[in-house]
Amino acid sequence: MYKLYKNGFGDINTVIRLSDNAFIPFDPANTDYQAYLKWLEEGNEPLPADE
Amino acid sequence: MADTTTTNLLLTKPEIGASTDSWGTKINTDLDSLDAVFTGAGTGTSVGLNIGSGKKLKLVGDVIDTNGNELLKVSATASAVNEVTLANAATGGAPTLTASGDDTNIGFKLVAKGTGEITAKVNGSDVFNASSNFSFKNRIINGAMVIDQRNAGASVTPTNVQYSLDRWQSFVSAASKFTVQQNAGSVTPPAGFINYLGATSSSAYSLAAGDYFTIQQRIEGYNVSDLNFGSSNAKTITVSFWVRSSLTGTFGGAISNGAQNRGYPFTYTISSANTWEQKSVTIAGDTTGTWETTNGNGMFVIFSLGTGTTYSGTAGAWAGSALLSATGATSVVGTNGATFYITGVQLEKGSTATSFDYRPYGTELALCQRYCQVWGGSSSQMLGTAWSFSTTATVVSCLRPVVMRGTPTLTTSTVGDWTVFNGGAGTSSATAIALNRPSPYSTSFEFTVASGLTSGQAGAVFTANSNARLYESAEL
Repeated sequence: MYKLYKNGFGDINTVIRLSDNAFIPFDPANTDYQAYLKWLEEGNEPLPADE
Repeated sequence: MADTTTTNLLLTKPEIGASTDSWGTKINTDLDSLDAVFTGAGTGTSVGLNIGSGKKLKLVGDVIDTNGNELLKVSATASAVNEVTLANAATGGAPTLTASGDDTNIGFKLVAKGTGEITAKVNGSDVFNASSNFSFKNRIINGAMVIDQRNAGASVTPTNVQYSLDRWQSFVSAASKFTVQQNAGSVTPPAGFINYLGATSSSAYSLAAGDYFTIQQRIEGYNVSDLNFGSSNAKTITVSFWVRSSLTGTFGGAISNGAQNRGYPFTYTISSANTWEQKSVTIAGDTTGTWETTNGNGMFVIFSLGTGTTYSGTAGAWAGSALLSATGATSVVGTNGATFYITGVQLEKGSTATSFDYRPYGTELALCQRYCQVWGGSSSQMLGTAWSFSTTATVVSCLRPVVMRGTPTLTTSTVGDWTVFNGGAGTSSATAIALNRPSPYSTSFEFTVASGLTSGQAGAVFTANSNARLYESAEL
């Protein structure tokens, strides 16, 4: 399960992997991000970012 | 006319019409002089030889120096077609020693004996020493198992694809079947090394067909692109390593592409229990398949601790499937308490295992930091200057010591291990840590506290204790 993260500047450029609270950047070279994209392709959706 | 002598050997030339009673003695003396040229020990009369064009000098014995000591030996090879050509040079030129012969491509070997070295000198100083200066031939990073940023020598029970020592990770199909620790068991490493990766079996686990337990390294495509795998120009590689196990027998491993649809299982034999043995495996490059050549996963180098039949294959051949080991290889996880220690892992181009590529510690650490950077680790360590943008949040920007392979994932130790200092307002424990605007070149960490910060005010973030860590991973 993942949750989008909005940083203090209002950017959403990372997603939190809730199993270990890892912050995963939106970088295609990042293997954790690749796993997140695959998870999305399987029809999943992340939790929205806190406002 | 009196007797005369020859020019070179000063043989007597009896006067014609004279020497009636002495010519025989003179001829015999001449014959003895000629015979002396060919003294078996090479100590006979000094002569010169002119081996003309098209003529050959057959040399089976040795060449000795002026003191009678051995200077040069020749060794005959049956059906030889390649040889060495020695050429001199005119003024300003350099004499050359060249491989020549019938073959189109001919290598050149300089072979030292025992632990002897091969050295080249310029102006009297060594400019090349093949035993120690031939660096960056090893495509494995942290092959000597020196760097352990994440665990600092502590034991880990790896989950699937978890890293232990830097650059070394594991595949595990079932939890808690083995542990990994730098210098586990505290045995003496092989000569020339101070560290090793030690895996210890946690149970006597019976492998199912689909099981796998491994230690492996993923090599970035940039670092193996010159091997030309996946083409007709694929180069032969050699993997060498020191290994020690409480078990003996045939062990397995594999080379694989990043997509794991090309695999080459290999085997090696451990002959003596609890004894360091050096092994090498030479592998013909894969001429098919797709092999990553940029910043993705270019190659797996896998050592199996136990692999079921599904992911095991025939040793010594490329196959188009995910293979982690060779069929029938020893299962370390099958014996409770069994150990598997490894160090000095090297993957190099060519068909020969050469001496280990020792690199400076700082260089090896920097190579590891392309994939993993750990901040913190000691008490009261300054992370950096902070800038608060609210009463509860501050951001610290850090320039990386090494540009990372990609933008990394952040995980942290307990957030309370970090302290935020807000100018003259005192300190607060962090209640949350996040990535703000990371990149491969720099990063900014966002620290949240309960209250007490002043927006727009500068401060700092530092460790509250030695457990404080920020782990950033851009692993393959």
